[in-house]
Amino acid sequence: MKTVPTMQQEDHPLLFEIGAPGLCAVSLPPSDVPPVKRSEAVPGELLADDPPALPEVGELDLVRHYKRLAHRCFNIDANFYPLGSCTMKYNPRINERVAAMPGFINLHPYQDEADVQGILELLYRLRCDLAEIAGLAETTLQPAAGAHGEMTGLMIINAYHSSRGEHRSKVLTPDSAHGTNPASCTICGRRSIPVQSRKDGRVDLDDLRAKVDEDTAAFMITNPNTVGVFDEQVADIAQIIHAKGAQLYLDGANMNAILGITRPGDFGVDCMHFNTHKTFSTPHGGGGPGAGPVAVAEHLREFLPVPQVIRRHDGTFGWSSDRPKSIGKVRSFYGQVGVLVRAYTYIRAIGREGLRDVAEKAVLAANYVAARLKDRYPMPFPPPYAHEFVTVPDFPGSGVSDIDIAKRLIDYGIHPPTMSFPVHHCLMIEPTETESPATLDHFVEAMLAIADEIENDPKVVRTAPHTTPVRRLDEVTASRKPNVRWRRCDGTATARERSHST
Amino acid sequence: MKFTQFTDSQVKQALSVIGVDSVETLFAPIPPALRLKGELNIPSGLSEPGLLSDTEHLASRNRHCDQLVCFLGGGAYDHFIPTVVDALSMQTEFLTAYTPYQAEASQGILQLFYEFQTMICLLTGMEVANASLYEVASAAAEAVLMATTITKRHRVLVAESVHPDTRQVLDTYAQSQDIDIITVPAPEGVVDQQALVAALGESTAAVVVQSPNFFGCIERLDHIAPAAQDHGALAVVSTDPIAGGVLKPPGAFGADIVVAEGQALGVPLQYGGPYLGVLACRKEHLRKMPGRVVGATKDVDGRRGFCLALQTREQHIKRERATSNICTNQGLLAARAAVYMAAMGKRGLAEVASQCFDKAHYAAGEIAKLDGYELRFAAPFFKEFVVQTSRGVKGALTACRRRDILGGVPLVRFDERLDDCFLVAVTERRTKAQIDDLVAALGSV
Repeated sequence: MKTVPTMQQEDHPLLFEIGAPGLCAVSLPPSDVPPVKRSEAVPGELLADDPPALPEVGELDLVRHYKRLAHRCFNIDANFYPLGSCTMKYNPRINERVAAMPGFINLHPYQDEADVQGILELLYRLRCDLAEIAGLAETTLQPAAGAHGEMTGLMIINAYHSSRGEHRSKVLTPDSAHGTNPASCTICGRRSIPVQSRKDGRVDLDDLRAKVDEDTAAFMITNPNTVGVFDEQVADIAQIIHAKGAQLYLDGANMNAILGITRPGDFGVDCMHFNTHKTFSTPHGGGGPGAGPVAVAEHLREFLPVPQVIRRHDGTFGWSSDRPKSIGKVRSFYGQVGVLVRAYTYIRAIGREGLRDVAEKAVLAANYVAARLKDRYPMPFPPPYAHEFVTVPDFPGSGVSDIDIAKRLIDYGIHPPTMSFPVHHCLMIEPTETESPATLDHFVEAMLAIADEIENDPKVVRTAPHTTPVRRLDEVTASRKPNVRWRRCDGTATARERSHST
Repeated sequence: MKFTQFTDSQVKQALSVIGVDSVETLFAPIPPALRLKGELNIPSGLSEPGLLSDTEHLASRNRHCDQLVCFLGGGAYDHFIPTVVDALSMQTEFLTAYTPYQAEASQGILQLFYEFQTMICLLTGMEVANASLYEVASAAAEAVLMATTITKRHRVLVAESVHPDTRQVLDTYAQSQDIDIITVPAPEGVVDQQALVAALGESTAAVVVQSPNFFGCIERLDHIAPAAQDHGALAVVSTDPIAGGVLKPPGAFGADIVVAEGQALGVPLQYGGPYLGVLACRKEHLRKMPGRVVGATKDVDGRRGFCLALQTREQHIKRERATSNICTNQGLLAARAAVYMAAMGKRGLAEVASQCFDKAHYAAGEIAKLDGYELRFAAPFFKEFVVQTSRGVKGALTACRRRDILGGVPLVRFDERLDDCFLVAVTERRTKAQIDDLVAALGSV
């Protein structure tokens, strides 16, 4: 098995180090209105002396700059990403074509409803499709990402308790929860209390019973959970939670494993968010944008954010803010519409049978890879797995860590799996449903080759990667002495610095 | 359509490696009682032509801004987007990349974000910026949470001239956090400075203003920021990044935190999102800042490289003690903005800002000459202004729409006191002829 350099190697200058004063990559027509004397229209103190000192680069060098940057990125179109809990599936080209249709991409949010019936109908259909997939009553499309959906969901739950004259101050989260869960509790003014997991990765019901009380607003569960198992106790968990008047929240990060097989609403969930950039194939874009639609059960509908897209009695579509108990708005305008168009396109492309096929193939792929790796890579939780699984590599005496193995995978053209979460020193592996058996085999062979390397030449693994434009970076200094912006060596100052020096 | 790649015989082979006889067996952990009976009530999958016909039909039922002449603004603007922005930012290497936690495999996009942060600092006049938040309203909410943490105070003054969506989102976040939001009136289109000073006190964490504000008017940041800071409060300013081509940036007036809607920087209108939340601040607040930040560093061989910096602020490390819950951000929109800023450069951005300014002032002047129309506010403005009419807003805008012109945003939906007003935005894309058509349409009622 050979390693392959997949990225350009040579050093590459910053934007600010290329170009020359006077260059510009855009040509605008000259203004055809009479110029206004600025000092007559605006007090002089408010006018800029100089425009911002942005780079000045010609078009071809600009193109080459961003081409070279693009060559220095792993991406789904070129690389396999077995990245647990992130669901890095293929992003179909058709999504991009539809989202770029002028009738979707060139709409202003304040156009009359009569002029935008098509997009409103699309959003309404998506709203209904997502409620059906969730097995819940109604969905809001407004939240901008998964964590924003968690926050929105918790605000809805808080509003529900308030409407019953209760203030509940704590939220329970399993110790294996994504970091966003406790962080979302904090942003909603609630304390998050961890609940222990059992040795087999399931929620420890005794610990849950001990911690849930009349001050508990919700329990946030991820199911299948982050170790890749479906917690079959979930109906009992719902009962325990509901008996104390609390709500069951589902982090929908792992919906890929259960699409069309089971629905959160059917296993007792009151409120959940989706991650469209995981489950519904919208691209990750180097970190975003996502979208985090939130679905709720009947008793929580009245608290959903406004405005909501609705179908009126006359069959037209529009926005309604008629929801007096709504938590309000969580985002400007209506949501990440361009992302939602892609999610709609994907759901309609694969349809109900395709959604179920996604879950089946995602689970098949994870179990196949696990079965092929289990002799060399210990797995603390027994199969069958859902869409992902966890291994805790154990190569005693080699000095090789989970991070080293992950970094060595880069040399084989594979993106590292999720590391050290949710178990210390683990690799969390999620192949997703869109990979072919050949790609899965390539990954397995790379993992086995690395296991051999660890036994024969551990240094090559400990010092990996070797094929990348840079080798391991000093992340400690990057945080201790942060350099988060470029500065011109000739001491050109920012406007703020100028104002302070005068 | 189908995006899975297992044939039936490959499924069988995989099952035999796993050692089970059916895919169904793999779902055994899900109790039968919890299973979905039957199928989801969602249409069957479509072929690619079928899907295109479904979506083209929906798209055709929208009248879009290439068919109509757009004078709508209010936080979303019809600026020109150079061809290179799509060609370069939508490369699938950026489009389909994951968050660059693995720095060695992500140098390209890390460098892009580092350059983005630098250019945002240049436009806002601030010392540091993050790699993006969702959009301006939630960015303003994050800025307020940051200010309450830094000052350990709980009262926040918000100008009435801040975008209504931003104000509503601030209210939503504040409810959960025991933050008191006090609205400072702006009866003449800009914040009432006497009322502001009167409302400032020992418990004030921040003053939130927008300039140019929702009405298009330019606020006196040179008075507001020092007034806030005299009381130990932070000055949080929401701005239009394009305005920096004509106006001094908020940093020049000592703003502590600057947020912005970055949509104007090469992001399509797309019915309100995804847009680009910008947040920049003073260096001393860097460790309290939400969201991802890229830093420059060196690799083991001493080569320049980039990585995510200060991750200990973030939720995946700090969990409930993180500065924010944000994880997914707007990376791809930051990429668009970066290419836009680099393509425009110093001169291009100044030209865009200058044309917005001149064309908006031409339009305002011509509209104000019409009988029954006047500018509602006397305050200076940048690319947007409020028109008051005695001829009825609805009739005036309907007359525009009949001529395929989106003439403005009626303000009654935001404030009943402004029921005879509408908001007109004029970007560099508008021509004199289009402005004259708008004026003629308004004059025809």
